[in-house]
Amino acid sequence: MSAGWLVSDISTVTGRNLRRLVRVPTLIAFATVQPVLFVLLFTYTWGGAVHPPGVAHYIDYLLPGIFVLAIAFGASQTAVAIADDLTTGMIDRFRALPMTRSAVLAGRTAADALRNLFVLALMTGVGALIGFRFHAGPGAALAAIGLALAIGVVFSWIFALLGLLVRDPESAGLGGLLAVIPLIFTSSTFVPVTTMPGWLQAFAKVNPITLTVDALRALCLGGPTATHVWQALAVIGGLLIVTVPAAVLRYRRTTATSIYTCVSSDYRTRTLRTALDTILASAIKNVPGGSK
Amino acid sequence: MRERPAIVTDGLTKCFGQVDALAGVDLEVAAGTVLGLLGPNGAGKTTVVRILATLLAPDAGRAWVAGFDVVTQAAAVRRSVGLSGQYAAVDGYLTGRENLRMIGRLSRLDRRTVRRRADELLELFELTDAADRTVRTYSGGMRRRLDVAASLVAAPAVLFLDEPTTGLDPRGRIGLWRLLGELTGQGTTLLLTTQYLEEADRLADRIAVMDRGRIIAAGTAEQLKAQVGGDRLELRVAPGVDAEALATSLAGLGSGAPIVDHEVGTVVLPVANGPAILPAVAARLAATELRVADLTLRRPSLDDVFLTLTGQPVDALPGKST
Repeated sequence: MSAGWLVSDISTVTGRNLRRLVRVPTLIAFATVQPVLFVLLFTYTWGGAVHPPGVAHYIDYLLPGIFVLAIAFGASQTAVAIADDLTTGMIDRFRALPMTRSAVLAGRTAADALRNLFVLALMTGVGALIGFRFHAGPGAALAAIGLALAIGVVFSWIFALLGLLVRDPESAGLGGLLAVIPLIFTSSTFVPVTTMPGWLQAFAKVNPITLTVDALRALCLGGPTATHVWQALAVIGGLLIVTVPAAVLRYRRTTATSIYTCVSSDYRTRTLRTALDTILASAIKNVPGGSK
Repeated sequence: MRERPAIVTDGLTKCFGQVDALAGVDLEVAAGTVLGLLGPNGAGKTTVVRILATLLAPDAGRAWVAGFDVVTQAAAVRRSVGLSGQYAAVDGYLTGRENLRMIGRLSRLDRRTVRRRADELLELFELTDAADRTVRTYSGGMRRRLDVAASLVAAPAVLFLDEPTTGLDPRGRIGLWRLLGELTGQGTTLLLTTQYLEEADRLADRIAVMDRGRIIAAGTAEQLKAQVGGDRLELRVAPGVDAEALATSLAGLGSGAPIVDHEVGTVVLPVANGPAILPAVAARLAATELRVADLTLRRPSLDDVFLTLTGQPVDALPGKST
């Protein structure tokens, strides 16, 4: 299997996802309205109350944090999309084609990365209008964007794996957000970790999101960056080494383990119907004065 | 000249947890022919298709498609087959044309071939007018046609269609049958699963009847009907009349035991000597005073084949085994 076909397969799948991105209303909202809302809402509601030490404008502190927030929220749509492809039989169709197996996931995450690039540009633009500046020069700014894209790739693969495991689109999306929200709020995304109670600090300091946001912040605000960036890269690399093979492996055998997808939809409906009838019958029997 | 069979399976078994989905399936489908895999829900039809399309590995037994082993040469099998599963697996947010082109590219066709094949198939499946609309706007029948078209983009030697007309209205079903008839005239080997006896009768050269993970009969529709033999006297009970009591009253009259379909409320009696049986039946009915709404004497249908082979009508088998 040549590398040329791998690239071709990934770009075909990426093309599919980019088309969906501009045609599905939810996806458009996740990529446009939501990031802008994050920038404006958090700046104007929390900006007056939160004064992180050493930062003149809260937006300079905030924006690197909500880069990660917006990317993580957007990536939850990958869990939805992959679970949706599973339930609609798209993944079965792909698995019966002579294409590279990992391309379905790689193409999806590649499309996510392109979307994230757009989201980062949009947020930076809106942020700039209300006072955000990169303080460490263009090189550091580009590095920050690159690092944000890298953590985005991690989120996409984690959510792809989640979608493959959960299988139900709505549960996958909700489950993803429920996992992301506590992680984001127990990190340095909005406030310095040092203001948190001691027991929470212990976790917040090693929270992968803290490590990433701190590195992004260092690249945006200036100051010593090397340690932060190495730590962030180590976290990103570590997570990718685990999640990419896990997701690809899960994809390869995803439908093979479930009886549920191996029987016809009709059969499932009938089974559910029988179960429902049984429950109703027993419920009626157990009602006092019900049929004897 | 006898060609190598397009599909061969040898003792396929597959078990999901406690449930034996396949309990030793042997099939052989000659190249260029249509096999109808007929059976009730949960008989194991889909499992057979999924194994042949390399989506699922068998627990035991072997299978070859287009001469390639589905387990050890899965990649070669995937280059030779087209699969249309039970759901219309097409992307609702892409247009019909984009869907076909995507599948074509992922089937490793070059861009020019992909464009040409997509246009040809859109034309063949009467989707040209809707080609540049997103599939979300399609009717169920159009989606299903596009789904079958997608499985044909790479012009596969072997095509698997898993219940292709499920969910279609009668008009859509007949339209798809016509298209499939045209396709198989061009040398594609087709394995078709269906619960509709009429569908198997209409499309398939040979029919294999599956029940509870086994092939319980195989042959042409005519052979299967001949195997059942004789004519069928079908009595539909009047409302409130017990079909079982009617069957009991008819015992001993026909060439075999009467078979009761409780869901439809019919009793089917195999008879050897045709209309000559009618006076005797009328006498029994008069004696028992069981009222009958309808009475038909006919040639055996595939329904009867199924009834005779399994002792149960095709759509009344309980979902207790898969």
